[in-house]
Amino acid sequence: MQAAPATSAAVVRVASVVKEFGTLRVLDGVSLDVARGQTVAIIGRSGSGKSTLLRCIAGLETIQAGKIEICGHEVGRPGKAARAQLRRDVGMVFQGYNLFPHLTVERNITLALTLVKKQPRHAAQKKAAEVLRLVGLTDKISSYPEQLSGGQQQRVAIARSLALSPQVMLFDEVTSALDPELTAEVLAVMEDLATRGMTMITVTHEMGFARKVANQVVFMHRGKIWESGPTSELFARPQTAEFKQFISSEL
Amino acid sequence: MIRLNAHHLWYLITAAQWTVLLSLIAFAGGALVGLPIALMRVSPSRALRMAAGGYIQLIQGTPLLILLFLTYFGLGILGYKLVPIVAAGLALTLYAAAFLGEIWRGCIEAVPRTQWEASDCLGLDRFQQYAYVVLPQAVRMAIPPTVGFMVQIVKNTSLASVVGFVELARAGQIVNNSTFEPFIIFSIVAAIYFAMCYPLSMASRYLERGANAGRASH
Repeated sequence: MQAAPATSAAVVRVASVVKEFGTLRVLDGVSLDVARGQTVAIIGRSGSGKSTLLRCIAGLETIQAGKIEICGHEVGRPGKAARAQLRRDVGMVFQGYNLFPHLTVERNITLALTLVKKQPRHAAQKKAAEVLRLVGLTDKISSYPEQLSGGQQQRVAIARSLALSPQVMLFDEVTSALDPELTAEVLAVMEDLATRGMTMITVTHEMGFARKVANQVVFMHRGKIWESGPTSELFARPQTAEFKQFISSEL
Repeated sequence: MIRLNAHHLWYLITAAQWTVLLSLIAFAGGALVGLPIALMRVSPSRALRMAAGGYIQLIQGTPLLILLFLTYFGLGILGYKLVPIVAAGLALTLYAAAFLGEIWRGCIEAVPRTQWEASDCLGLDRFQQYAYVVLPQAVRMAIPPTVGFMVQIVKNTSLASVVGFVELARAGQIVNNSTFEPFIIFSIVAAIYFAMCYPLSMASRYLERGANAGRASH
């Protein structure tokens, strides 16, 4: 599978990335360009490398070969400044929400604003209220994470990431731990984000979401991008047996 | 022979205050040294991990009594003659630091890896991750075992009697030397130790229940 044509608007550039865990090659020469404002859904079976790819883009894993660039800054360069730059560019939302259990919803959101962005407390609190309104949780501002449902926690996690105004948001199977009802409320928030023009890369099991919201779908198999393209085209005309089988098993 | 009287009891109570003071010194010193030890044990630097690990192994593999001999008699021979309370405080500090360091390392490691990742993704540096995310959660877990370990410290201060420091156990011996009623006297001494340790044990158990019940009391 060749890389999508590089455009000047590419916010995320993944070029021939190889990631190995010991002798196991999890990513085997993956290339992917994501243009500004695009929503990309990465799909595939467990163990296909899709979550690892996302974690590499987030700078949570070191890669053995290839190059990842976000907004022109290379991921994985050593040094505090490079790390800080990456964190300004990229927001990440996890499957397990990973809210800070000892802090209120508001403090979960303002923590990085005050510590990292050095905003005064009141400005950070204003921002927290703003992003909570976006995810529909204004009334939960003083709650602790354990007092919220899984779906609400995940929406807070999205708000927390959003508050830092990243260029790209990464979503790692963010609805996998939720039952269908709660999944819907999280997907609605993500859909809203997509329509607002946020650049998003989503590893997901939600084919409905992939079909409906993603502009581009990437199907991964055995550590490679097996098929990728505009959503409607890809689902209408699957090229490989593996993708055909995947779609039919997911329906 | 003098019969046991109120003066003796008062003498024991006064000595118990020294036991409390020595316990506090040991705990404060142990905490002060133990926290860096715990942080070194979870450091990314192999050298720091090894150094802290070696310290813990060394102290945990040495009787406290021998540590006391070293700080009092050993340092004395080398020209650093310490008064008994300082020598005992030093030995107990070294001892408590090793155990607290190991207890706290466990608590820090019990904070899920994902909390590090999430705070990393928000841009917090390592110091901020410790100060605002990891340690506050580790402290919550650390309180019950830490209070429990204080019981060990209180009881182990009795070893300071061997370097001539008059705390509760030594006071018991002294009273016994004049009255020779060991069963009664050491029962009283035991009762005083118990009165100090039991509330700590209870507090530890109570806090443990609280910790297991989550943070619902907020």
